Amino acid sequence: MKVSFPRMGNSHCAFRWLLEALGHQVIVPPEISTRTLDLGVRYAPEFACMPFKVVMGTYLEVAEQGAELLITSGGVGPCRAGYYWVLHQQILEEQGYPTRIVAFDPPDCGWRDFWHKLAFVYRSGGVSLRRCLWALQVAWAKLKALDDLEARSLQVRAREVQRGATTRALRQAVATVDAAGSLPEVAEALAHGLRLLDGVDQDDRRECLRVGLTGEIYALLEPVASLSTQEILGHLGAEVERSMYVSRFAGRKGFGPPHAEVVRASRPYLGLECVGGHGVETVGMTVLWARKGFDGVVQVAPFGCTPEIVAKSILPRVSQEYGIPVMSLFFDEQTGPAGVYTRLEAFVDLLYARRRARRGEESRNGSLSRH
Amino acid sequence: MATIGIPRTLTYFFDFPFWHAFFTALGQRVVVSQPTSRATLDRGVACAESEICLPVKLVHGHVAELSGACDLVFVPRVVAVRRFGEYGRESMCPKLLGLPDMLLANLPAAPPLLHPHVDLRQGWRGRWRVARELGRQLGAGDCRCLQALWCARRAQREYRRLLRRGLPAPEAIEAVVNGKAPAPRPPAGPIVAVLGYPYLLYDSYVNAGVLRMLQRAGIDVRTQDSLWWRDIAGQGRRLPKELFWYFSNRILHAGMYFAAQPQVAGIVHLSAFACGPDSMLRKMLEIAARRANTPFLALTLDEHAADVGLRTRVEAFVDMLEWRRRER
Repeated sequence: MKVSFPRMGNSHCAFRWLLEALGHQVIVPPEISTRTLDLGVRYAPEFACMPFKVVMGTYLEVAEQGAELLITSGGVGPCRAGYYWVLHQQILEEQGYPTRIVAFDPPDCGWRDFWHKLAFVYRSGGVSLRRCLWALQVAWAKLKALDDLEARSLQVRAREVQRGATTRALRQAVATVDAAGSLPEVAEALAHGLRLLDGVDQDDRRECLRVGLTGEIYALLEPVASLSTQEILGHLGAEVERSMYVSRFAGRKGFGPPHAEVVRASRPYLGLECVGGHGVETVGMTVLWARKGFDGVVQVAPFGCTPEIVAKSILPRVSQEYGIPVMSLFFDEQTGPAGVYTRLEAFVDLLYARRRARRGEESRNGSLSRH
Repeated sequence: MATIGIPRTLTYFFDFPFWHAFFTALGQRVVVSQPTSRATLDRGVACAESEICLPVKLVHGHVAELSGACDLVFVPRVVAVRRFGEYGRESMCPKLLGLPDMLLANLPAAPPLLHPHVDLRQGWRGRWRVARELGRQLGAGDCRCLQALWCARRAQREYRRLLRRGLPAPEAIEAVVNGKAPAPRPPAGPIVAVLGYPYLLYDSYVNAGVLRMLQRAGIDVRTQDSLWWRDIAGQGRRLPKELFWYFSNRILHAGMYFAAQPQVAGIVHLSAFACGPDSMLRKMLEIAARRANTPFLALTLDEHAADVGLRTRVEAFVDMLEWRRRER
């Protein structure tokens, strides 16, 4: 069967490999372009958030190429993203495409539903359960490797001597992971990729900021959705730590602080564990980063994202009480890259100035005590 | 005895008789903020996060206006009011879930908030937990709480009954709370279903009096609240998946029900600008209305809406319905 899925950062390498291993013919979703966005905007409801429109555009593009089955994630609310597939399906039907969408709800809500969908996917590919489990294992390793590489690149980019060297190294590293086809190969590819990234020419004397990047998952994972905010921050000399990765979303342990700790940190500001999406993570991670002494936090989200708006209206209080600057950036299809760059540049300048002012104060206090 | 302030927006039109009876039975005094005005809205816009939707800005405005007039402001965190939907996960919109937190963060000068966690997925047990939590905070014993809960439930039943008779919520609240006899209903004309969240539908400042406009044009206005829940309960089975939000589900089911009724001449949907759940809901309603060949008017309300624009569109819609009726 011709299968496709929505695009989200580099994760398409792992998903393409997984579906091919399950015996499907995969249509790799094309990179998100102006055309993708135009198609999405034309058919999506006006106030649907940008991920809906981008994914809608991607679906229409792959449906043109003859995709019969689309695999995506579902959800159980209250974030509306869990309902998107229903509307996507209706819009595809209205446009006359026979494409079917299979959405996986989180398995802890209903194992049976999850199993039925999984069984449908691997049986229609004509493979055995054993091979399916093996493929899932390898794909999971790949996802983790891709995220490890990306996390490392966010650290390295701040100190690169030649602008763009990290991005190039990351692309090479991702290609090696993409080519790996078994667990040992993935491990080797990961080690090779990390070596590549560490081998990027770095200026060790450069003073770098530490900035946390948090917000809505799609805006964090897909660079196009946040106009590459993470790269811009890196180029401006900030080591970036990101709150969300695909593998973390899927339940990877030991990659970032445990969920319970994040919830606990958010508790004084948000009395509820679930406000939908990743609103709790946004608030909790900001608190944790502030405690760790980060210089600042950037929140990215699509325009109209309900959970992130809730988080955004609480963040000023966190920012004030912990003394950590927070900037929120909301993106829609009209957002221009120059505006984003200018604002990030100004934010980073402010963080540097703050750091200098603090150091000045410290040295003054120090000299006073010595005399 | 404490004075408890309740903002006249959001869940006011949904459960005010309940809370009024509850607090009165506990021996507290209840004050309600004034009906929404330009000043309320301006205050809300000034206090709230700029990105947020109109209804939440309105709550900020109402709560700000209540400060000074009461000892406590009652803003419950309504998480869920029934067990429904996929895996029983139906809840309220994320903004309602985070509402007390947003108010605490943005209105540091407001009176202390009374914000119990209302999760009624477990029915009576949940209701009892809320009642006891509130009783503890207000210094009332379990026995009085139970009694108050009983009174509250009776008031709410009566309120629902009046809503089903087609009374608009403000009049029904007057009737239940102050015992004012409801005005006689206007003679029936063509039926138009007006759907929207209670805080848009019944707040005549926010919607620029759309309901009255329609009634003056001789139209018999029905809302999702004029239906018995049993009429619309089965509608969701025609969808691959229920929506996640209580009010949205009610509206969608009512919309599908009205669309299937041949005597309903048209459907009007009121929505706030950039409302998250409505972006899904409106498209679904649109599709349902188109498939049933029922005229559909989508009105978007925001803090800048001038009533002239709304009036023109409503008048055009009414003319169109009239013209359509004559054609037949």
